[in-house]
Amino acid sequence: MENTALKELLYKMADDQLILGHRNSEWTGFGPLLEEDIAFSSMAQDKIGHSLALYTLLHQLGEQDPDTVAFTRNANQFHNCVFTELPNQEYDFSLVRHFLYDTAEAIRFEMLSSSSYEPLAQVARKFRGELRYHTLHAKTWITQLGTATDESISRLQKSLDEAMPFALGLFEKSPYETELIEQGIFAGEEELKKRWLMKLNETLSKTELILPDWKILQPLEGGRMGKHSDHLQPLLDEMSEVFRLEPGAEW
Amino acid sequence: MIPVATSIAEIYQWLEEVKDPEIPVLSLVDLGVITEVAIDGQKVKIELTPTFAGCPAMEVMKSEIIEKLKSKGIPEVEVQISFRVPWSSEFISEKGKKALKKYGFAPPPSNKLFTDLEILETAICPRCDGTNTIMKSPFGPTLCRSIYYCNDCKEAFEQFKPL
Repeated sequence: MENTALKELLYKMADDQLILGHRNSEWTGFGPLLEEDIAFSSMAQDKIGHSLALYTLLHQLGEQDPDTVAFTRNANQFHNCVFTELPNQEYDFSLVRHFLYDTAEAIRFEMLSSSSYEPLAQVARKFRGELRYHTLHAKTWITQLGTATDESISRLQKSLDEAMPFALGLFEKSPYETELIEQGIFAGEEELKKRWLMKLNETLSKTELILPDWKILQPLEGGRMGKHSDHLQPLLDEMSEVFRLEPGAEW
Repeated sequence: MIPVATSIAEIYQWLEEVKDPEIPVLSLVDLGVITEVAIDGQKVKIELTPTFAGCPAMEVMKSEIIEKLKSKGIPEVEVQISFRVPWSSEFISEKGKKALKKYGFAPPPSNKLFTDLEILETAICPRCDGTNTIMKSPFGPTLCRSIYYCNDCKEAFEQFKPL
């Protein structure tokens, strides 16, 4: 079944975007600066828009409609990586997650823009332009705060050390990895991770921050298989609270 | 029946009357989101291309297109939201760019001018045409606008993002 591999790929990307989009939206009204409040809220809107486009592709492949898929599944049916569901914590952690995740996301959709599955290539080409603003935002703040004061540097470093094993979980391999690569749908997690590490080093080398030695870290995986932390279900309950009140409601 | 004389050009003309709900001086045609118009028997098919994938105005645009064309006597209208062509700010017409400036937005610079977004740190102030400006945030009140400040006339302004 060629669609099984493709659907698995689409689900994990759509779920990543939806869950991190929701986490970003939790900054609305709480950002440390008005501009950051707006930035995280805008990125939330973009990411949820991306999840909608990807769920729409799944719908075209016979899955349920985007709202049903987004709002009626339980945690163990979600394929997002655990990294995206972690609580926002303080701004430094959210910023580091934004940097690590969005750098990978931008490369992922760059790679997918030449996917052999044309509908996916089309949305990837669309997201690519939008994501330049996200990576610009992340890079700007990491560079500024990563060279600013002892406090800003040590806070970012601590968050970076904490986030790295989770971030490596982004690249948890699909059981259909070989199929996806052979069919030209996606060049694979390993290739993505390689490019991601290069890109991270490019930015971090301009700061006082040190990329944790990823080779000796144990990646925190499981999310792609539906194994999540205790943080996901409460997020889903909150996100779908209104939808579940009246599932068939017309808005 | 579709009125006999209806042509594609005429449909575009009608669509000129449908404005971006968030920037009411800009028509959907000038915004460049109408990427295909076709007449198929009784039906008019419109391809609508989102500026940003998460733009919440798409559904409003879709229903306004249908309403407008029905009011012109088209019996059946189908609007398909599509990513076939990725929207670019290059799609905004010259007329549209002038309208943006008049409304107080800096029109997007040509995206052929930059390869890296970092040079977007300055924009031309739509009020005083000053170039002594600084980007305050790449994110603004809607997904398609960023925030700048003009050091010449001491006013904040928005730029339609190049994409």
